Amino acid sequence: MTDLLWILVSAMLVNNFTLVLFLGLCPFLGVSARVSTALRMGLANIFVLTITSVTASFLNAFILPFAPYLRLISFIVVIASLVQITEMAIKKLSPTLFRELGIFLPLITTNCAILGLAIFQTNRGYGFVEGLFFALGAGLGLTLALVLMASIRETTELADVPSMARGMGLVLILAGSLSLAFMGFAGLFTV
Amino acid sequence: MSAGARGAGRGGGAPKAPARWSAASRAGRLELTASPHIKGPDSTPRIMWTVVASLAPVVVAATWWFGVSALILLAGATLGAVATERWFGPGGTLRDGSAAITGLLLGLTLPASVPLWVAVIGGAFSIAFGKLIFGGLGQNVFNPALLGRAFLQAAFPTVMTTWPTRPETWGTLAGDTFALPFMSGDAVAALTGATPLGLMKFESVGTEVARLAVGATGGSLGETAAIAILAGGAWLAAKRYLDWRIPVSILATVAVLSQVVRWIDPSSPGPLFMLFSGGLMLGAVYMATDMVTSPTTPTGAWIYGVGIGALVVLIRLWGGLPEGVMYAILLMNAMVPFIERATKPRVFGTGAPVEATS
Repeated sequence: MTDLLWILVSAMLVNNFTLVLFLGLCPFLGVSARVSTALRMGLANIFVLTITSVTASFLNAFILPFAPYLRLISFIVVIASLVQITEMAIKKLSPTLFRELGIFLPLITTNCAILGLAIFQTNRGYGFVEGLFFALGAGLGLTLALVLMASIRETTELADVPSMARGMGLVLILAGSLSLAFMGFAGLFTV
Repeated sequence: MSAGARGAGRGGGAPKAPARWSAASRAGRLELTASPHIKGPDSTPRIMWTVVASLAPVVVAATWWFGVSALILLAGATLGAVATERWFGPGGTLRDGSAAITGLLLGLTLPASVPLWVAVIGGAFSIAFGKLIFGGLGQNVFNPALLGRAFLQAAFPTVMTTWPTRPETWGTLAGDTFALPFMSGDAVAALTGATPLGLMKFESVGTEVARLAVGATGGSLGETAAIAILAGGAWLAAKRYLDWRIPVSILATVAVLSQVVRWIDPSSPGPLFMLFSGGLMLGAVYMATDMVTSPTTPTGAWIYGVGIGALVVLIRLWGGLPEGVMYAILLMNAMVPFIERATKPRVFGTGAPVEATS
């Protein structure tokens, strides 16, 4: 149990996918202008990451022992199809959410955070339950980063930012500052 | 307003008009102006320079314990900050003193053996990327001084974690202060020790609280003299230049949590050690209370303070780093927009907090 919690906290804070490992920067920079959208993007990420983890566990258990050379390609194909299914489901179930996320749902497919999760999980030898906690932690960490970034960006909208830094420049500086702050979690629960 | 107010002054000569009324009102004339009607003497420069003045005991303590290097470093960090504000900032903002505070506070978080050029770069980074990039005073998200320190910690980890012992005479440099930029100086020139938190974390050695309170320990320039910091903070709180809720909630949270942890695990440091060691006092009193980067509502201030205290205990007791005050405050700075959103006061006469229309 302690191990599972540690996996969760580690993926969420200590090795936060976005702010420490710099994975999944596309949604982090692209969909963090509004808190409401960022939250939905984060939830979509949690959903896809969890499915990825389950899929990776099954692939690792049943297919890859017989065909290890299929690892990368099977991860990519399975994840991409899963995201397409997610997109279709969301389009059907919540047109509003679909409109809000727009282009970014397909972006989750090619998101390195997703492939990164599958590969990390395989390399660290996580089983099914450990993988689930890892995915949940990674998703929560992404959501946390997205929502923090969005709330800060909404505040700085009113700021008198110099023209050279307006827009993406300020966003990247904010991302760097947040990343500096997250360095404080380094080594948590390992000493 | 005089033309419109002329006819209304017939009942004039009310015997005891309050002194804060304007001359026209006291003379019995009706004066029509836009709000605010009651003005205090406080202004941004006045508040900022008062904060600078309140840091005087801390600066004196720092120079007493660490010698002439402390003065040089504080001057260097302040110079870096002020020069950046002067060159890149909007004109005329030097007079409000906010750049001087940032530089001084950054200087107080440095170890005494840091080379001068690192302090200058830190001051410049604080102002440029902590403040000016957001459009100047009042618009930044993170505390500029702490952002500068986090940058220095990431860029120059070795010099930022080398803690010199007290130099033998006041005029002895505590380290290779005048090293050339990016040159490795004479690292062996000064004796190095460990901070009380480092001793506790890596060797499980405690330090007496009395020594911590007066600052007779290793550490950053301004974090060692807890009493001087508390005195300055009390003065500012009495003048209401800082929100007393923030330091009180931070210190109370740290004390309570570390006491609880001690009941469970008696080998962990108790509340007194946690309160008086490291940068907690300086952070709680001077960094966390920055008016720009802390919440405005009283409820928000409590949440913010408790969050900082909890993060400090978390990082100090279970983290990989001996000290976490800087990161705790930066993380809660990032949470402030969220706290403000959650503690938005109810508009009088309405049922629920009003959502801002975007």
